[in-house]
Formats: sequence, structure tokens, C-alpha cells
Amino acid sequence: MTSDVVVLGAGMHPWGKWGRNFVEYGLAAARAALADAGLAWPDVQYVAGADTIRNGYPGFVSGATFAQALGWSGARVSSAYAACASGAQAIANARAQILAGLADVALVVGADTTPKGFFKPVGGDRPDDPDWLRFRLLGASNPTYFALYARRRMALYGATTDDFAAVKVKNARHGLANPNARYRKEVTVEDVRASAVVADPLRLLDICATSDGGAAVVLASADYARRRGVTDPVRLAGLSTVTPTFPKTVLDLPDFATDSAMTVPPPERPFRASLAHAAYEEAGLGPSDLSFAEVYDLSTALELDWCEDIGLCPEGEAESLLRSGATALGGRVPVNPSGGLACFGEAIPAQAIAQVCELTWQLRGRAESRQVENPRAAIAVNQGLFGHGSAIIAVR
Amino acid sequence: MSGTKQRRPAAEGWFTAADGSTRLLGTRCTSCGTPYFPRNELACRNPGCAGPKDGSELVPYEFSTRGTVWSYTDARYQPPPPYVAADPFRPFAIVAVELEAERMVVLGQAVPEIGVDDLEVGMRVELTEGVLYEDDEAVYTVWMWRPAS
Repeated sequence: MTSDVVVLGAGMHPWGKWGRNFVEYGLAAARAALADAGLAWPDVQYVAGADTIRNGYPGFVSGATFAQALGWSGARVSSAYAACASGAQAIANARAQILAGLADVALVVGADTTPKGFFKPVGGDRPDDPDWLRFRLLGASNPTYFALYARRRMALYGATTDDFAAVKVKNARHGLANPNARYRKEVTVEDVRASAVVADPLRLLDICATSDGGAAVVLASADYARRRGVTDPVRLAGLSTVTPTFPKTVLDLPDFATDSAMTVPPPERPFRASLAHAAYEEAGLGPSDLSFAEVYDLSTALELDWCEDIGLCPEGEAESLLRSGATALGGRVPVNPSGGLACFGEAIPAQAIAQVCELTWQLRGRAESRQVENPRAAIAVNQGLFGHGSAIIAVR
Repeated sequence: MSGTKQRRPAAEGWFTAADGSTRLLGTRCTSCGTPYFPRNELACRNPGCAGPKDGSELVPYEFSTRGTVWSYTDARYQPPPPYVAADPFRPFAIVAVELEAERMVVLGQAVPEIGVDDLEVGMRVELTEGVLYEDDEAVYTVWMWRPAS
């Protein structure tokens, strides 16, 4: 489709626990993406920042923060927060500007510096904020929710903790030589079994860490790319950021309860599946068209949920799919060839952008030792807090 | 000793244990019938509901007190503030319970003597009240799940 927005450049600052100012990571990623696109910063007409809420005011106005760091250029700017989907929201903003004909070329940047340990609610006593209250009244941290999903898989589908460990082993292998990954080390099932239980049945190595990192992409109209002589670029064929549909019957952070399905039957597709479905519809593609997928493995078990949500297999069969080797590099449809959050840890506003960087490098055939064989189409999916989420389909 | 201290709910208006039986307090839409927990007083959130959606359609509602375990987990490490942990920290189980009548899943801590090894998906549980934390002045209580008698 000629109307597709194309990815001209992708760039990242390596993930880690560097402890430096997030702007530094965003700047490095932005420069890398611009260099990859063969563009200079003043060429950018629109800059979209993905916000971080843990780095003070500069994080809330990230678009302007990055624009200032790059040097005020008079570009149009936006800053977006959508929890874990902030990066996708920023990409959606830039894409919409291009599709509307308001800009030809846009830069999207997200970066984060994270504190140690569990994520906690932002400061202050706020007894009317459900995110504050779930810690106060339940002691429910983020892994609590991941663990509830994991236990449910065990009860319903016969998943085992060794299945969960196998996801970690697979992703650790995928990320071994990824220069942007934080953890580049083989992990065995025994290593996972030996790590401490955090939230039964999940152990420390089942749960993604919180990381520092930065990612950026340069988006452009197909016409702009053509004028610059770029042939066969990676294209964004679909992008969805739909909300859940009432009644939302699966618990999500920071819920105390689901919606009631007493008066309205549950929707045909639960939230995560509906995110992917809307992107497939927009792209005119389906799960069988995918060469690979990047899914949001906040926990090992959640990767199995996602495999079903994006339609790689029917509900309850993700464990069989995993055991068959289909989701490993070399398999039918590799999942998280980048190494996923298992190897990166989560740098919230940068993560969905990093997923698109991986889609871009893979589809260009430039992913080196983690390269998926001859990929044509891929999906990146992500679930945030409070009903935010995203699915992005890229093709070449 | 906590027995001499005043007992107070850790949050006002979320549950009642007044008459010896613990019940979750929510609201219910008089127009479409949808119940809400925690209390929703703003407007019915069912997009298909034809009610006025100015809050006048929402009336107090007490939830059913029994359900089945949808899933469960525990907290092996001390959650960050604003959770108020006992010193030393004691791990506790968290249960997601499906209420048949209201067709929804509600979270709650399990009573302290119940751990993940005592729980199973599909198991019958009932609501009770337990101690969340205490300070010099009072004991603060919250709703908790325990195996149904």
C-alpha cells in the first residue's frame, strides 16, 4: 500500500541499569535512528516523545525534552503517556500526522531511567487512586497480576513451571548476541528453578526486570521515502491502540475487580486479543501471514498468553506450540527473536519503540545472529496499565 | 495486644462487617442492573445502558459473599509502600474470586493461615474480615477470603 507510513530509521541506546539521566539515552537513540535514516535533525518536522513518570517534569514533557536536547528546531511536538504502551502511542501520534499529510517525516523517542526493585505507585497519599489503593489494601505488586494469569494457565491448560522456564531459556538464547540487550547469558531450566519464588508460581527469572534504555524510530510518508531514493522500506501496515470492550472480564493492573458480565455478555475477544485483531484488520493480514512476533513478556507465562491472543495457536495450546519449537529461532514463527523483555527488562516508554526497532532490523534482514529467515510480516504487541495497549504490524 | 485497640476498616465504605457477616460494598445500576466494586458513584459504565448516567442511577449494593477461586498467588517479598507491612514481614496469599451471582472476579488477601498450598482454582471460598495492619492507636481491617465452611 502506497499510503503506508514507512520506517526510515531505527536506533537504540543499550538497555542496562546505567543510572544516568534518561535524556542521555533518548538522545543517543534519536541520533542513531537519524543516522540510520540518513537524515539530519533539522529535517524532522514532527517529534513525538513517549513519557516517563519516574523522572520528574522533563519526563512528563518528553517530546519537548528530547527536542531541546537535540536543539530547538521549530518542529511540531507531542508528548504521550500510556503506561507500557507509551512508545506505541507516540508512534501512533507520529503516524497519524504523516497519514493526515501534516508532516512528511517524524522522529519518535522514548527513554527511561528506572529505580531499583518493584515498581511502586508515584509518591504521595492518594486514597482515591486505584493504583495507590491496590498496594495499600491488597499488597498487590505488578508480579501479583502476572502470577494470577500464570496460575490460571496451569489450572486450565496444564501448563507447568518448567514450561514457563522454557520460555526464559528460549528468550535468553535469542538475546545472547543482541548488542542492545541487558542480559546476554544462557539460562537453563535449572537456573530458573533455583531462583527465588517472587509471586507463586513465578520465580525471579520468570519476571522481567526494570531497566534503563532508550529507543527511537524515524517515520516518513511513502512519497518522502521514494523521493529520497529509499526502495522497499519497512512499512507500518497496521497499528491499534484500542481500549478494552465492556465488560472487561480479565483482571488488569491495577484492578480490584473485573467488570461484571451479569447484564452484558463478555466481548467476543478479550482485551489483548482485541488489540491484535484491530491491527490485523487494518493491515489486511492474519496470524498465518506472520514471520515472527515480538510480544510483551512481562513474565514468561504471559508470553504463552500472548501467543494465543495474537492467534499463533488456539487457546490452551501455547504450551504445545512452545514445546514443538515453533516459537524458537528456526521454528515456524519465532516469538521474541530480540530476546524480549526476558533479555531487556522493561524501560517503559522505550519498550514499544524498541519492539518496532527489532521488527525493522529483522524485516531488513539485518538482525545478524538472531535473524529470522526471510521475514515478510511481523507483529509487536504490548499491554499497558489502565486499559492501554498496542499492536503494531510491520511488513516489507 | 491488639485486642484492646479500636478496630477500624482500612478503607471507609469498601466493606462492612457490622452484623457479623462480612460483605463487600459497591453500587448497582438501577437502569441496567450492572453491579460495581469498588463503589462507582459517577455514572454507569455500561456503554449500552440507557440510564441517565449522572450517578442518580447508582444505588448502594452489597455483594454476595461466596465464590470460587479464579486464580491465586502470594507475595513472598514485602510490597513497597503504601503497603504497611508487619515487622518482620510475613508472606501472604492473594486470591482472585469469581462471584457467580455478579459474574465478576474480585481480589482479596487470603486469611493469614491460608497459603498457596491450601488453595486450588475452582475451590469454594467465602468472605471474612481480617487485620491488614496496626499502629499504636488502632487495628486496621480489610476483607479477606477463606475456604468456605
